[in-house]
Amino acid sequence: MQFMLLFSRQGKLRLQKWYVPLSDKEKKKITRELVQTVLARKPKMCSFLEWRDLKIVYKRYASLYFCCAIKDQDNELITLEIIHRYVELLDKYFGSVCELDIIFNFEKAYFILDEFLLGGEVQETSKKNVLKAVEQADLLQEEAETPRSVLEEIGLT
Amino acid sequence: MALKMVKGSIDRMFDKNLQDLVRGIRNHKEDEAKYISQCIDEIKQELKQDNIAVKANAVCKLTYLQMLGYDISWAAFNIIEVMSASKFTFKRIGYLAASQCFHEGTDVIMLTTNQIRKDLSSPSQYDTGVALTGLSCFVTPDLARDLANDIMTLMSHTKPYIRKKAVLIMYKVFLKYPESLRPAFPRLKEKLEDPDPGVQSAAVNVICELARRNPKNYLSLAPLFFKLMTSSTNNWVLIKIIKLFGALTPLEPRLGKKLIEPLTNLIHSTSAMSLLYECVNTVIAVLISLSSGMPNHSASIQLCVQKLRILIEDSDQNLKYLGLLAMSKILRTHPRSVQAHKDLVLQCLDDKDESIRLRALDLLRGMVSKKNLVEIVKKLMSHVDKAEGTTYRDELLTKIIDICSQCNYQHITNFQWYISVLVELTRLEGTRHGHLIAAQMLDVAIRVKAIRKFAVSQMSALLDSAHLVASSTQRNGICEVLYAAAWICGEFSEHLQEPRQTLEAMLRPKVTTLPGHIQAVYVQNVVKLYASILQQKEQAAEPEAAQDVTQLMVDRLPQFVQSADLEVQERASCILQLVKHIQKLQAKDVPVAEEVSALFAGELNPVAPKAQKKVPVPEGLDLDAWINEPPSDSESEDEKPKGIFHDEEQRHAKQRLPEADEEELARRREARKQEQANNPFYIKSSPSPQKRYQDMPGVEHIPVVQIDLSVPLKVPGMPMSDQYVKLEEERRHRQRLEKGRKKKKTKEKGKPRRHGSLHTESDEDITPAQQVDIVTEEMPENALPSDEDDKDPNDPYRALDIDLDRPLADSEKLPVQKHRNVDTSKCADKEDVPVVEKKVKKPKKKEKQHREKEREKTAKGKEKEKSSKHKKKKHKKEKEEKSKDKKKSKKKLPSDEAAEPVENGALDEEPLPPMSSYCLLAENSYIRMTYDIQGSLQKDSQVTVSVVLENQSRSFLKNMELNVLDSLNTKLARPEGSSVHDGVPVPFQLPPGISSEAQFVFTIQSIVMAQKLKGTLSFIAKNDEGSTHEKLDFKLHFSCTSYLVTTPCYSDAFAKLLESGDLSMSSIKVDGISMSFQNLLAKICFHHHFSVVERVDSCASMYSRSIQGHHVCLLMKKGEKSVSVDGKCSDSTLLSNLLEELKATLAKC
Repeated sequence: MQFMLLFSRQGKLRLQKWYVPLSDKEKKKITRELVQTVLARKPKMCSFLEWRDLKIVYKRYASLYFCCAIKDQDNELITLEIIHRYVELLDKYFGSVCELDIIFNFEKAYFILDEFLLGGEVQETSKKNVLKAVEQADLLQEEAETPRSVLEEIGLT
Repeated sequence: MALKMVKGSIDRMFDKNLQDLVRGIRNHKEDEAKYISQCIDEIKQELKQDNIAVKANAVCKLTYLQMLGYDISWAAFNIIEVMSASKFTFKRIGYLAASQCFHEGTDVIMLTTNQIRKDLSSPSQYDTGVALTGLSCFVTPDLARDLANDIMTLMSHTKPYIRKKAVLIMYKVFLKYPESLRPAFPRLKEKLEDPDPGVQSAAVNVICELARRNPKNYLSLAPLFFKLMTSSTNNWVLIKIIKLFGALTPLEPRLGKKLIEPLTNLIHSTSAMSLLYECVNTVIAVLISLSSGMPNHSASIQLCVQKLRILIEDSDQNLKYLGLLAMSKILRTHPRSVQAHKDLVLQCLDDKDESIRLRALDLLRGMVSKKNLVEIVKKLMSHVDKAEGTTYRDELLTKIIDICSQCNYQHITNFQWYISVLVELTRLEGTRHGHLIAAQMLDVAIRVKAIRKFAVSQMSALLDSAHLVASSTQRNGICEVLYAAAWICGEFSEHLQEPRQTLEAMLRPKVTTLPGHIQAVYVQNVVKLYASILQQKEQAAEPEAAQDVTQLMVDRLPQFVQSADLEVQERASCILQLVKHIQKLQAKDVPVAEEVSALFAGELNPVAPKAQKKVPVPEGLDLDAWINEPPSDSESEDEKPKGIFHDEEQRHAKQRLPEADEEELARRREARKQEQANNPFYIKSSPSPQKRYQDMPGVEHIPVVQIDLSVPLKVPGMPMSDQYVKLEEERRHRQRLEKGRKKKKTKEKGKPRRHGSLHTESDEDITPAQQVDIVTEEMPENALPSDEDDKDPNDPYRALDIDLDRPLADSEKLPVQKHRNVDTSKCADKEDVPVVEKKVKKPKKKEKQHREKEREKTAKGKEKEKSSKHKKKKHKKEKEEKSKDKKKSKKKLPSDEAAEPVENGALDEEPLPPMSSYCLLAENSYIRMTYDIQGSLQKDSQVTVSVVLENQSRSFLKNMELNVLDSLNTKLARPEGSSVHDGVPVPFQLPPGISSEAQFVFTIQSIVMAQKLKGTLSFIAKNDEGSTHEKLDFKLHFSCTSYLVTTPCYSDAFAKLLESGDLSMSSIKVDGISMSFQNLLAKICFHHHFSVVERVDSCASMYSRSIQGHHVCLLMKKGEKSVSVDGKCSDSTLLSNLLEELKATLAKC
């Protein structure tokens, strides 16, 4: 996978993950172009389109579009599956996820994605394992945070 | 200090967190930009504070803003700070920010190397995980080179969580640093059989990706993957493997035969559409590569086509789309099997989804034959009429033209029909593809001589009908058609029925509203027409009619002379003068027709598009050399052929020298030929008829023939092509009847008509209606053979085209792994090299073993190839044997190590030699120990000692135990319940030639002094003769440097630190240093755990922090041959000890 974009029906970007190094300018250009193209498509149309030398696979969940770019030889259906799997993961993690969850916890959405995909390849095919990894990392984070209250931090205890 | 922290924390309570920021942005919809710039200012303030929590919060907010499209590259350094935070919470945010906004151009990225290395070796798997994830997004060639070895080590980590990440990221490392592929590959291959399914699937992923780009290097893995394919049940993995086989089979046809069966089984059994689709795709690829010799291969194709039909019939648009896509792949090689489903494809043309319709159109292109072309085009034409969007309509239009014109008009049997289709297409309003239609008209009219008469009649009707001209606005692309129409009528004016009428049509005032380039063609072709009419009239002895036409020209041409378009104006005024001259001659009753038509004598032939490229450079011609010594002035310019308007030039020549005598002409022609021969810009094509007319000016006589058209002319705008369909059907019917009568004759007739058309059997029955000769495009003499050069040199995968079966040369090892010396000769070699070493845990020997295996395998493979030529049946047996051999060789130890070629790599050529911090601890004939000490900011009184143990003997080493004599200050952390005298067991055993790393934690009270601990490693060495207890004594040296942890520091904080005045100062100076400052700096940073704060020329400030929080600041200056270092530190003893250690390092430089 080359990159993954999440954007709303209004064309607002909600998440972007690039697995190929590109300059910011290029990223912005691609994003703008793709958001326009995908939003212009009618609901009854299929989820694939050819764009430059890549294939775009997108799917709409509620008000959010999940959009992935893959290479010519890659399998479109498995990419759809990946998108669906990611949505399932988000759903499990947030508990029936909505767009606002992703907006306000965008870093969590990234963490989940990072446990699921690495460098554009599927890293873990088991949903359980992905969530376990994210939750344990969260636990580690909380452990580190809770015992250090503000007072403790400034050395008053 | 404390006050500052209080302030920081209180500030923090008032800071916006991410949620506040998001909410704020949503509440400021009107002035979002203003609000955000205000937020960025706040963030900048927050970043200036020392509190890492505040910074992390700020960086988190920046990451969000980056997504909204704001530039945050200015905060790159702050991101690194947060990345190096000790707490996971912050580290996670730091790495996330880095992975979102770092790229190869980010200059501070080089500062992260040590931090990442530290995190990779962190005891917490989540620290390592987060570092790996981050690295996968921003790995650069430098990072890849420096960290390849660390990541490779992680591939054998105890936790599958780390292993799988490490395996996946190796792919990115390979792309950036291809040299790492060969050393890392054996271990990657091992991971294919990892007990953890996640790791296994990661390894499959990486190898499949590698193999798809350069399949030939991975053929040897085919048996392994075959096993995986038949045993795995994980669809994700299966898809990858099947895709890999798709890439491998073109190189190894035997593999394809083996694959067909399991793949067809999968196709039958699987319920997962993605897997089914992949299988079908691969079967198609396999069948394409197996051109013949497959007994049941039509059955497989049938199966695929059937399954695809099910996909296409599915209500899911996605499956429909993919089914059509895959169908088009089959079409390329097995058009017959697909053509049976024409109904389905035509049905898809009615789909509501445009992309599906477009796919179906693609398929149609391959489905046409002589038989069904007319029918398909008719269907398409009806779609053109009802198409709603212009894009789709344009696409249809191009497809129609594409379908008809493909393979040199192979499928067209009746060009009258085609011309009428083209004319019908001109009714399309607002299409962009007028020029395409025009090009087709020109092409057909020029190349199919028999159709010219008909084409001219249609074109003249087109010119005559006003509707095109009337509706023509500048933007309407369809008026391009008039360009073709005008040219055809002019060029082939001898076929015109009513030339006078056409002439008048072309001289209408409305014409001046057309675009300039079309008007120009009009003007030029008006003269051609005029010439032809003159000839006709003079022959018929009607001088009045001739003069009448001339008068018409004189009357109408001025409207073009006034044109704003330069080209039109110039041509028109020239022609007007010419016509006026003719008028004068006509008044004197001089016959002019012949001379006028001589202006346009000769025939134009199409030139192949590559003709220019193919002109061979004559022997002895140096294109770079000056032809005339001084660069010639403007004079030579004039003599070059003017290019586009060739006939115009002819005409000028004629005008100027109407009475030039034959001799003069011949002389000039000769001179001109000479000129052209020497002119590198001139295409020589002596035998072509294009040039021939120069030699016989004005001699050729063009008779004007009365044309008897079999088909009555129709006003364009009425659907006509249908009539031709009927005519064609009748014709074919007649032909069939006729054929029954005289079978033999038709064959003779049909033969010479066409060039380059490949008939499919069933099509051969249909003979074209016209005596069609498609003139082939002209090529220059001795055309150069075409050179296929185009492989993208920038393809990143090209660098990974590496032979993996070749034994690994020493020069290829990952940067500096020198402490793992195997044989003594090499050992001696390497010890001369003072470069300190980098960490490596796992064995070269393992690689070697692998190498042996590989070598055996390739040898075996060659054998196999040979024998398979003789006896194919034995094939299977041998394979089994081979796998047995492999197992054996695993047990048997390679004994010919000494024969290994010793090549020393040219590591010093690198600008910054890779370094390793591992140094020798102790060594005897059994074992060699190297170690490195790392501090951690999280635990202020602990350091981790990593010891690499390498078995140098032929014995099996087990029960290893490490013990040290604790000092008051430094103690070994022992497992709970053991006494201070007990050793710590090493958690692994070492087979011969294997090395591995063990980590021991030491607690330390004071870190200001270096210290040494005595210790012993005891172990049992077991070999064939029995086992012995052995031990090895060592001295563990804890330098002050080993308590330092690389910590980045930005210059503001650094300056504040220096200003604060609570640091004590000391300095040293070392002479006789020849190393470059750059390398010196790198060395100090690496071995002494410093990070560069600022560097100006040969002066740099550096910073580091001890595990107990001492700040250490250095200022290093390089003079001619000396280096001076000023240090400041919160502890003077620590500083002086550190400086001593620095001095020792510098003295070696």
